[in-house]
Amino acid sequence: MTLNEVKEILEAEVIIGSDKLKMEVKIGCAADSMSDILAFAKPGALLLTGLTNPQVVYTSEISDIKAICFVRGKKPDEKVIKLAKSKNLPMLMTHLPMFESCGRLYANGLIGIGYLDIEKKNG
Amino acid sequence: MAEDKKYTKIQELTYELKVGNVMTKKVVTVSPKKTIYKLRNILHTKRISGTPVVDKGKLVGIISTEDFMKCLAKGETNIPVEERMTKKVETLYADEPLVHAVRKFDQYGFGRFPVIERGKGKLVGIITKGDIIKGLLKKLEIDYHKEEIHRYRASHIFEDIVADRTTLTFHYNVVGEDFNRAGESASGLKRTLFRLGIQPDSVRRAAIAAYEAEMNIVVFTEGGKLTVSVETHRIKIEASDSGPGIPDIEQAMQPGFSTAPERIRELGFGAGMGLLNIKNCADKMNLTSKVGKGTHLEAIIYLNQR
Repeated sequence: MTLNEVKEILEAEVIIGSDKLKMEVKIGCAADSMSDILAFAKPGALLLTGLTNPQVVYTSEISDIKAICFVRGKKPDEKVIKLAKSKNLPMLMTHLPMFESCGRLYANGLIGIGYLDIEKKNG
Repeated sequence: MAEDKKYTKIQELTYELKVGNVMTKKVVTVSPKKTIYKLRNILHTKRISGTPVVDKGKLVGIISTEDFMKCLAKGETNIPVEERMTKKVETLYADEPLVHAVRKFDQYGFGRFPVIERGKGKLVGIITKGDIIKGLLKKLEIDYHKEEIHRYRASHIFEDIVADRTTLTFHYNVVGEDFNRAGESASGLKRTLFRLGIQPDSVRRAAIAAYEAEMNIVVFTEGGKLTVSVETHRIKIEASDSGPGIPDIEQAMQPGFSTAPERIRELGFGAGMGLLNIKNCADKMNLTSKVGKGTHLEAIIYLNQR
């Protein structure tokens, strides 16, 4: 799924990275706990989160997150935006809550990390 | 790192690649009005075992050698293809991940699936198990070449230094309770390890371990040090601080156990998973602590030597 599709589906606003909307995100993950992201996110994922501190950017960089979408209309401050810019990390913001954001993306075909576990179980 | 947390490279590729990346784009098709007799010539000369039936650009059915044999057995060679084709066709979209195709082959046991463009219903290709294997091999080959370059760069630095044993050491000062900068050290480390040409998977594990360790120093102490030393066969991460110490290490290692205040939890940290994350990322981990004196954590990640 491209970032542009994510933007349309979530009726999102682009905070930074309007030049990267053609970028593909392979997998989605959603969390408000940094350790969960570090433990479970797969490289190349889109992160949905309600947190807007600088650690979201660092966590994303460490976990190879490709793009972030903030939910519930939360917008990070200038400092965080600048940090993300320096790391070439696109950021979107949607007014939708977390549950609905996940539901819409999943219904539109963005797979989650659990999908891999199912695949693994089925051999 | 726990074995069940790893996915095979092939599994990873099956969701990275799209059906459209591996399918055969030049599709041999047959019109619904063609006779079974004429179909025989097509299947024979093109050496294929089935073909989509297309009417004015639209996919209307699919017919295979098996259908053809049944017609032969009954002597029905002059009737049109449309009367014997399978009308309810299972298809795949070109933009679907390859893993969907793999699953569909398993589920239906068919030899091929027509590939159509999402929304438009236009036939854009056809995919067989052979296409999937070829596509995966090609991608593996490309990735292999990329790895070759990494390997060259990595060995280069260590080879340029003439010594019996070479260790590169990086020091990072971590400031306690500074949440504007918390994460900076691990971020810097990650970039450094990449530049050294270390395998992406190892870099990721080292960066996650370092990040969790860094966060622990920021959250719980007045500051400390992160020291990372790299040798050709391993990365060693050491995190040390001078207080307050962990009273019960076994308890601290329990998933979900946390002493972090609410303020920290609101930042998305302090869920009680940090030490466990470090343990899962490292091949070896050692934690020692004295209350009032400080904590020392050591995590080792072995690198694949070639």
